[in-house]
Amino acid sequence: MDFTHDDEQQALGEAVRGLLARSYADFENRRRTVADEPGFDEKTWARLAEMGVLGLPFDEEYGGMGAGPVEVGVVAQELGRVLAPEPFLASVVLAGGVVAAAGTAQQKGEVLGDLASGASVLAFAHAEPGARWVPSAAGVTAAESADGWTLSGVKEPVPHGARADLLVVSAAVPGSGTGLFLVSPGATGLARDGYRTFDGGRAARVALDATPAVPLGEAGTDRTSTVAGVLDGARIAACNEALGTMEVALSTTSGYLKTRKQFGVPLSTFQSLTFRAADMYVSLEMARSVTLWATMVLAAASDGGPDENREVAEAASRAALQVSRAGRHIGQEAVQLHGGIAMTAEYSVGSYTSHLTALDHLLGDGGFHLARLAAAVGGHGEVDPLP
Amino acid sequence: MQLELSPEDAAFRDEMRTFFTTKIPQEIRDAVADRRELTKEQLVTSQQILNEHGLAVPHWPVEWGGRDWSALRRHIWHEEMQRACVPPPLAFNASMVGPVIATFGNREQKERFLAKTANLDIWWSQGFSEPDAGSDLASLRTSAVRDGDEFVVNGQKTWTTLGQYGDWIFCLVRTDPEAKKQRGISFLLIDMTSPGLTVRPIELIDGGHEVNEVWFEDVRVPAENLVGEENKGWDYAKFLLGNERVGVAPVGATKRVLAQAKEWARSVPTGEGTTLLDDPLTAARVAELENQLLALELTALRVVANSADGKPHPASSVLKLRGTELQQAVSELVLDLAGPDSLASGAGDSSALADWARRSAPVYLNLRKASIYGGSNEVQRQIIARTILGL
Repeated sequence: MDFTHDDEQQALGEAVRGLLARSYADFENRRRTVADEPGFDEKTWARLAEMGVLGLPFDEEYGGMGAGPVEVGVVAQELGRVLAPEPFLASVVLAGGVVAAAGTAQQKGEVLGDLASGASVLAFAHAEPGARWVPSAAGVTAAESADGWTLSGVKEPVPHGARADLLVVSAAVPGSGTGLFLVSPGATGLARDGYRTFDGGRAARVALDATPAVPLGEAGTDRTSTVAGVLDGARIAACNEALGTMEVALSTTSGYLKTRKQFGVPLSTFQSLTFRAADMYVSLEMARSVTLWATMVLAAASDGGPDENREVAEAASRAALQVSRAGRHIGQEAVQLHGGIAMTAEYSVGSYTSHLTALDHLLGDGGFHLARLAAAVGGHGEVDPLP
Repeated sequence: MQLELSPEDAAFRDEMRTFFTTKIPQEIRDAVADRRELTKEQLVTSQQILNEHGLAVPHWPVEWGGRDWSALRRHIWHEEMQRACVPPPLAFNASMVGPVIATFGNREQKERFLAKTANLDIWWSQGFSEPDAGSDLASLRTSAVRDGDEFVVNGQKTWTTLGQYGDWIFCLVRTDPEAKKQRGISFLLIDMTSPGLTVRPIELIDGGHEVNEVWFEDVRVPAENLVGEENKGWDYAKFLLGNERVGVAPVGATKRVLAQAKEWARSVPTGEGTTLLDDPLTAARVAELENQLLALELTALRVVANSADGKPHPASSVLKLRGTELQQAVSELVLDLAGPDSLASGAGDSSALADWARRSAPVYLNLRKASIYGGSNEVQRQIIARTILGL
């Protein structure tokens, strides 16, 4: 039983940290990057591709690195530390994850290969107006004719939906639940309206009107549980990203308390502030513990059978709940302990709070996951984390 | 990164589980499960069985009954014990004075005290806090003045848990009133049958008498009962308090009570075929606590899996702080599950109301101490802020 990263994983983290430092060691660069389209730095994206990061979790035969959730977590943490806006979570973990789970061998080779090489940004168009974090589709429907499949309806918010070179879209298929499709950006009837999210990210409204689509993998299979599995994996990656963000929010706050003087003394003189910082540390470490554990549960899952899926779903919810609570606590306190300066866009800490808020609501917030867990409390005695 | 215990550690866990569920008398384990106060005899019996099997003081030096276990194995031992409702060895003996004597005592003291301490043949009390010295322990005033080959001790100690059972008391006493406060303290072992030593019970808000005041009026203590060097007692106290912090937040026991709480909730009908556990607010409260406890347990595992031996990991403050808060929160949940039945705390067994419900308020009130003792949670925050965050 070991919660530490091995040498290779540490080396990966250091390499990614170094790569991202080229663009984002200076927070002002991050501000500039997110102010302009596409909201991230294409050069950084290309460098990540060169390093193999964009193909990290995919099989080598499809152009990937054959790495697992732990490595994805290491990368996600580094991105979270500097609020790197590159769409690793949206493109690689979510959209790429869906393709890896459902695509034919040929589709995986082409789509994941282009993703890994940096040639193609993917987006997963799944969330729909009125639906809250469900794995099924309803608002976008699929229809089959002699000419093939078409999709109609609205997906929103789609992370990086406007920039994407290829869309992975979930749709309700009459008689067979939720299906998965690939939609090209030039397809007829496709309208994409991109916009900024409040944390400097990008999302889009994607409207489809009898838009041609190619089934991902076998058509006619209900892919709800596939989507659920990918969402749970992405939740765990998002928790890792949040860890990096929370860690820097706390260290920035501690640094500020030591250096900022008022009434002739540094703020760290006041116990009311240092105690609140201590509470932030406790929240961070609790969140780290559950996130690392959930990452290991996911890493240990291999056959994708129903029992394992349930275990992973539970672990993802536990981590997401803990991170939701911690992220909100740390995000709020980081601003409060800084005072006015944290309210400015120029100073970094407010953006950390923003990003934690966005991550929280991307894949299911604390309330959502608490409800999932609460529904199951009667089904077990003690919760035992070790197998 | 790997979740599974090694095969050796997994086998060790099974060994501990089997032992704790088979070798300790059922009536003792039932008393713990019911959250009832144990008698002195029960506590002695239990510890002596553990000691007979080398399982009472595993963290002591091997020479004196310890086992050469990793921090992880000590954690597993402790968790399995709680899981099986086996009372832990008396902390004053096993975690406090025992390690101090083993580390700083001389040969005669080790031979005289350690075996009996491990076996609970001597029941130790802790003489640290005073009415004017709680968090600010170093300001203590109980004095020990050298007179020939004895010390003469005068003063008062308070919060002496289970002092009414105590045979000996280990005390921090002031031996140099002129020195800066931490520098004038010594660590003295005192026979509680000594003339001039009086124990008076303190009634607590839960109706019990688990703590006492101990008065010292010209109590004569042989100088050979000084542990280590005179005026170095504060170093030994810091060593002891660091160890005290590690075991004081019982994750395993709190998990067990929470699991029991679910059964208790299930036993309270609320309508047509529904119980309190079906109430969404109750279920949410339970789920939130389960998750927090999971986070705490995993943090404890992270600490023991990767700790350098000897010194308490700085995260032990996190464990004490959060562990006691969760312990209190679970007791509060149980109180709320009991609802109006909690008022029947004074009813005997002829009551129509369940045992667990009748005990829920005294337990809740008693556990308000948990965030105060072992270094108050405010002190833990101070330690975290200073030693981890550098504030």
